[in-house]
Amino acid sequence: MNVLKDLLYTKDHEWIKVEGEKAYVGITDYAQHALGDIVFVELAEVDTALSAGDAFGAVESVKAASDVYIAVSGTVIETNEAVVDDPSLLNQDAYANWMICVTISDKSELDGLMNAEQYEAHCK
Amino acid sequence: MENCKKTALFNAHESCGGKVIDFAGWALPVQYEGIIPEHEAVRNASGLFDVSHMGEVEVKGPQAADFVQNLVTNDISTLVDNQVMYALMCYPEGGVVDDLLVYKFNNEFFYLVINASNVDKDYQWMLDNKNNYNVKLKNVSDEVSEVALQGPKAQEILQKLTDTNLDDIKFFFCNREVMVGGIKCLVSRTGYTGEDGFEIYASNKDISAVWSKLMEVGKELGLKPCGLGCRDTLRFEATLPLYGNEITKDITPLEAGLGIFVKLNKENFIGKDALVKQKEEGLKRKTVGFELLDKGIPRHGYEVMADGKVIGVVTTGYMAPTVKKSIGLALIDAAYAELETPLEVVIRNKPLKAKVISKKFLNKNYKK
Repeated sequence: MNVLKDLLYTKDHEWIKVEGEKAYVGITDYAQHALGDIVFVELAEVDTALSAGDAFGAVESVKAASDVYIAVSGTVIETNEAVVDDPSLLNQDAYANWMICVTISDKSELDGLMNAEQYEAHCK
Repeated sequence: MENCKKTALFNAHESCGGKVIDFAGWALPVQYEGIIPEHEAVRNASGLFDVSHMGEVEVKGPQAADFVQNLVTNDISTLVDNQVMYALMCYPEGGVVDDLLVYKFNNEFFYLVINASNVDKDYQWMLDNKNNYNVKLKNVSDEVSEVALQGPKAQEILQKLTDTNLDDIKFFFCNREVMVGGIKCLVSRTGYTGEDGFEIYASNKDISAVWSKLMEVGKELGLKPCGLGCRDTLRFEATLPLYGNEITKDITPLEAGLGIFVKLNKENFIGKDALVKQKEEGLKRKTVGFELLDKGIPRHGYEVMADGKVIGVVTTGYMAPTVKKSIGLALIDAAYAELETPLEVVIRNKPLKAKVISKKFLNKNYKK
């Protein structure tokens, strides 16, 4: 299982990369492996206001649909249409292929997230 | 997973890299390499499934035929020795106890193959309906293992391991004495994928050898070990019903579109009166095929709407790997069952556009 050092992680296996006031969000390598072949991705639309804990979309394998959740409140400013067009990108590299980008409205919400080391322990 | 029953092939699954899950109390692989490559292997070459979790009941005695004829919806009086028939067991109210394969070995010996999740319920149902029939019932599920070899290369692969001419085992027939790599097996030309293939039954101690010999000779013909994941996508594309989805105690075979397996003109069977009445009154619900026109994937349990109201439920749905469309089966108000009728499927609280299509999603590739 691949875990990147400079990301923050949720217990539901999403990753967050903070760049200034923005955050890129995706699913982890552990998540894509557990899901298997991903065949469908749905993402919240640009300008959607999300609260921490909201579903920002869904990732579907052949077998099942899984909601994906955002750990910080914010407004969607960009979605990665490449993963919508070709969901298998998430299987190929879950970290290179972010799903949505939000403006963070409350940075203190980041405090509750795990670092790489903690996340690795969480997955064991 | 520790509490799950293990089939005799459990070690083979682990060594092939199977992703093991709890299925009806059994530790079984949902996939090895992946659902899609395994699905494609079965459509284009061949796949091997461990289906040892299936249940088997022996029915023996002078009145075996009469007992089975009363128990199931199909007409087993037409069977010759070593022929196999698909049938259903119904409750008096018409709902389904289970679907099953009926093997007729001879007039006094039938073999009933039932779903893993229903074994205890089914066996009790058979005992409860034994009445005065002069038969002996024996649940041999724990003694029998089973593999399914499915796909266009199935015969070529199996033929490498046996002197029995497999051309002599026709579609829905069986042979109880096929030597597969030196092991005596019951082999039938049956399956749950819409492809040609065989179901192979052997004792628990022998099945590992059958599995590994098949894998060995099948490798060069593209044989892959297959999990329960693609078993479901394959049977769905072939419009074969799954107990718990298309048929349940609250759905009759007629509503499920399985009327050809219900012989209402035969003398008597459990559930006949209710099914005759339902047919006479006309079906209020029907099972239809549908295609999702908006982007998304329909799933078991999603609501189906039309004219602004809920008219039914998705029984099975997938992004179908061979058909390459988002399609499903749904049990809906019969008023909306005509082909091309616009429907909506509710996915994550959004009604998405769909339309009724033929349930014949795929041309089945049986060797008849």
